[in-house]
Amino acid sequence: MRNISLLDHELIPKHEILATDELQTVLNHYQIDKEQLPKIKSSDPIIQEIGALEGDVVKIIRKSQTAGEGLYYRLVIK
Amino acid sequence: MDAMASIPKRVGEIRFGLLSPREVRKMSITPIITADTYDDDGYPIDMGLMDMRLGVIDPGLICKTCGSRAGDCPGHFGHIELVAPVIHVGFNKLILKSLRSICRNCSNFLLEPQRKNEYLEQLQQLKIMGHSTDDLVNDLFKEARKTKVCPHCNEEQVEIKFEKPSDYIENGEKLTPTEIRERFENMSDDDVRLMGMDPSNARPEWMILTVLPVPPVTVRPSITLESGQRSEDDLTHKMVDIIRINQRFQENREAGAPQLILEDLWELLQYHVTTFFDNEVSGVPPARHRSGRPLKTLTQRLKGKEGRFRGSLSGKRVNFSARTVISPDPNLSINEVGLPYAIAKQMTLPVNVISRNLEKMRQYVARGNDVHPGANYVIRADGRRIKVTDVNCTDLAEKLDIGWVVERQLQDGDIVIFNRQPSLHKMSIMAHHVKVLPYKTFRLNPAVCPPYNADFDGDEMNLHVLQTEEARAEAEILMKIQENILSPRFGGPIIGGIHDHISGMFLLTRTDNDISKNDALDLLRKSHIRQLPEPAGYRDDGEPYWTGKQIFSQLLPDDLNLEYVAEVCFKCDECDRENCENDAYVIIENGELITGTIDEKGIGAFKGHIVDKIVKEYGSTKSAEFIDDMTRLAIRAIMRSGLSFGISDEDIPKEAQMHISEIISNAEDEVKRLIEAYEARELEPLPGRTLDETIEMKIMQKLGVARDKTGDVAGNHLGLDNSAVIMAKSGARGSMLNLTQMAASVGQQAVRGERIRRGYTGRTLPHFSKGDLGADAHGFVKSSYKSGLNPTEYFFHAVGGREGLVDTAVRTSQSGYLQRRLVNALQDLEVQYDGSVRETRGVIVQFKYGEDGIDSTKSDYSNPETIHSIVKSVTGKEVEQ
Ligand SMILES: [Mg+2]
Ligand SMILES: [Zn+2]
Ligand SMILES: [Zn+2]
Ligand SMILES: [Zn+2]
Repeated sequence: MRNISLLDHELIPKHEILATDELQTVLNHYQIDKEQLPKIKSSDPIIQEIGALEGDVVKIIRKSQTAGEGLYYRLVIK
Repeated sequence: MDAMASIPKRVGEIRFGLLSPREVRKMSITPIITADTYDDDGYPIDMGLMDMRLGVIDPGLICKTCGSRAGDCPGHFGHIELVAPVIHVGFNKLILKSLRSICRNCSNFLLEPQRKNEYLEQLQQLKIMGHSTDDLVNDLFKEARKTKVCPHCNEEQVEIKFEKPSDYIENGEKLTPTEIRERFENMSDDDVRLMGMDPSNARPEWMILTVLPVPPVTVRPSITLESGQRSEDDLTHKMVDIIRINQRFQENREAGAPQLILEDLWELLQYHVTTFFDNEVSGVPPARHRSGRPLKTLTQRLKGKEGRFRGSLSGKRVNFSARTVISPDPNLSINEVGLPYAIAKQMTLPVNVISRNLEKMRQYVARGNDVHPGANYVIRADGRRIKVTDVNCTDLAEKLDIGWVVERQLQDGDIVIFNRQPSLHKMSIMAHHVKVLPYKTFRLNPAVCPPYNADFDGDEMNLHVLQTEEARAEAEILMKIQENILSPRFGGPIIGGIHDHISGMFLLTRTDNDISKNDALDLLRKSHIRQLPEPAGYRDDGEPYWTGKQIFSQLLPDDLNLEYVAEVCFKCDECDRENCENDAYVIIENGELITGTIDEKGIGAFKGHIVDKIVKEYGSTKSAEFIDDMTRLAIRAIMRSGLSFGISDEDIPKEAQMHISEIISNAEDEVKRLIEAYEARELEPLPGRTLDETIEMKIMQKLGVARDKTGDVAGNHLGLDNSAVIMAKSGARGSMLNLTQMAASVGQQAVRGERIRRGYTGRTLPHFSKGDLGADAHGFVKSSYKSGLNPTEYFFHAVGGREGLVDTAVRTSQSGYLQRRLVNALQDLEVQYDGSVRETRGVIVQFKYGEDGIDSTKSDYSNPETIHSIVKSVTGKEVEQ
């Protein structure tokens, strides 16, 4: 078992599982299907840590010098 | 065209396979049996290489196979029945691998039946999942090759060797293509699958050719020379060779010729078929033309920079373009390009004739094609193109009517696209307005050299004439020079003053020049300024005078406010700001230059604060006008006094020279002492360094300091009255280091950042003793360029200089390839109107362009404090941090 949290590392941005209604808002906003989101593998350590499953969408909140916070969404795949 | 044809269809699958002999015969329209092409009447011979059924290329004729005319007929294949099988060169590797993994006796794949089934299962699995089977197949080949005895017939296996170009040696004897083919023919379908092939699409024996497809004549058109003689395509020549040898082989065999002769002929047939596919196989002498030129066969058509992929599909030559040498013209606007008359008369632009331009278009046509601006072609309402000549021009002008199209010659004001390779960023292609000029070069304002990275040492550029209104509108709005003054790379201006513009502006605004009325008017004559300001004062004789700062201020917008530190700033410990004794603190208040000198930091490309501010606050038209006026003023200013440089500008006084040699000999003494300490093992190594590294670093440092000191000495004697100093300090060209090297001392030559060490064992040159660590033995050049280098110094200088050359050569090729790969990967990404970046399937790459949605050209160097100056300009109050 790992006894550190990846999320505590400064270089790893915040990842969280997107709620269904919020996901719908995002998809509507960009007028896309879930498959047109960028992907991330379920084997990715951060995905395993937050417990996201295949088909989930994670929201990634990155720090940005110019924008303050940059939002990114990824669909978890096998 | 019928409506069905335009519905887009999705490509479901692409299957690659080998052509089987049956397929070749099936798609063939006729066997080709004779090597002759035309009979005595010049008529194509039936079943010859130019058989009329193979397609048509001569206009007016009709294809005997499909009934279409030249251009519509796609051409049709023929075939040659080879008397003996030959190997296809493209498959040598696969043939070898296959031969090694099957039994020489029973053609079974050399694996236990159980293993075979396991592997077949795995292959099937991979295929279902859509993965590549390449790795598994390679493992299979490897495993089979290790099997020494056939598990099926117990035959002992023999190592098969490959010899260039296409010989397979077993037991010291060459396997004939017939033998190889037989082995492959006996393979079972499952064994073929084990080799990664699909037996219905590709059987291994098809890699050995028994029938050769003959490409249609449309693929190998013959050309008629001026003399009326026909000249055949290289492929046709090759086919002729193949047919001849094929026939000879057959005749000899039927006549019962000795085996030796037959083998030679077989070899020859193999050679011709090989070079038909690829004329650059290693180990095969290339087939040549009578003139000695190697033939361009199939592979050569596809391969390389000029090949079908890179030359014809990725990049094409285009119509409506011109290319010539470029040269400077500071009197042109940055938005203009000077176009030679000869080119303007050749290049045209289509104009639809309507009631409102009918008379005007008549005039163009009436002038003919030889009087500029005339017309070269008219297109009638029925679509027929008629060339305008001085014979028919008056006639055509009269007939000209609404609905016709006139292809009129380029004239002043037309918009064109201008480009210089390598096109590495978007500013390598920009739009200009035409200015038709005499002589034979494209002319451009030197201020636009930086975005094109152009100079005038023989550079050539391309020009494209836009053919539709939409394209012209788009170019005008998006591509014109003035719309590209700011570079998206760093958000600052990439167009601005260079070289003499900077020197000139520096000279004009530096001192309190007093400029007489005549001179002031002359300076501003080429700008849009028509009024002189109040004079700065009056001379003793009552004549008014103006200062250079005043003259420059006339070009500035009336409400411009700006403060910055100029390039000439000496970086004093404490800045005196407006009281700077070097006049290096620029203050512009309400469009008036109060203090400071205008130099590279003010008007230069890349660094110019004034240009930057004007673009961002007054827009592109105003900026273009400013750059035009500013560059013209600067050129006039520099011509007032002239600016030249000669060998005597590097002169420094005797005392200074003695001082310099003293500094250098002191440094050499210090180096000597360091070496003594090192040899006596008294030297302390620097942390993390070995002793050897330490001494090297210390010596480098000592000599570097010494060179800088000599530079200071020389610099003290070369003031702003020296033109090279003016250019260096203002940022126009060159540096004080260049001047130091010319006047004082060239300094240490380095290879990879270290002193020069390569050469003989223990020493760089035989002039020095082994193990000499001294300054002169490792590339320290104490002479100046002016005084001249001694022979060893000269040699070291060449060594150091070569590194620079090699570096640039290597870097450009590497970065070029990197650029190609990047562009290929990213070319289909597009920023959408909602700010997201998506590829063609609509898959999102970035949710907001750059993750922040910022357009760098509108963001003032990504500096968030920009907002402060805007707040200040609106509220009049300084923003608190
Ligand atoms: Mg050049
Ligand atoms: Zn045809
Ligand atoms: Zn066997
Ligand atoms: Zn200063």
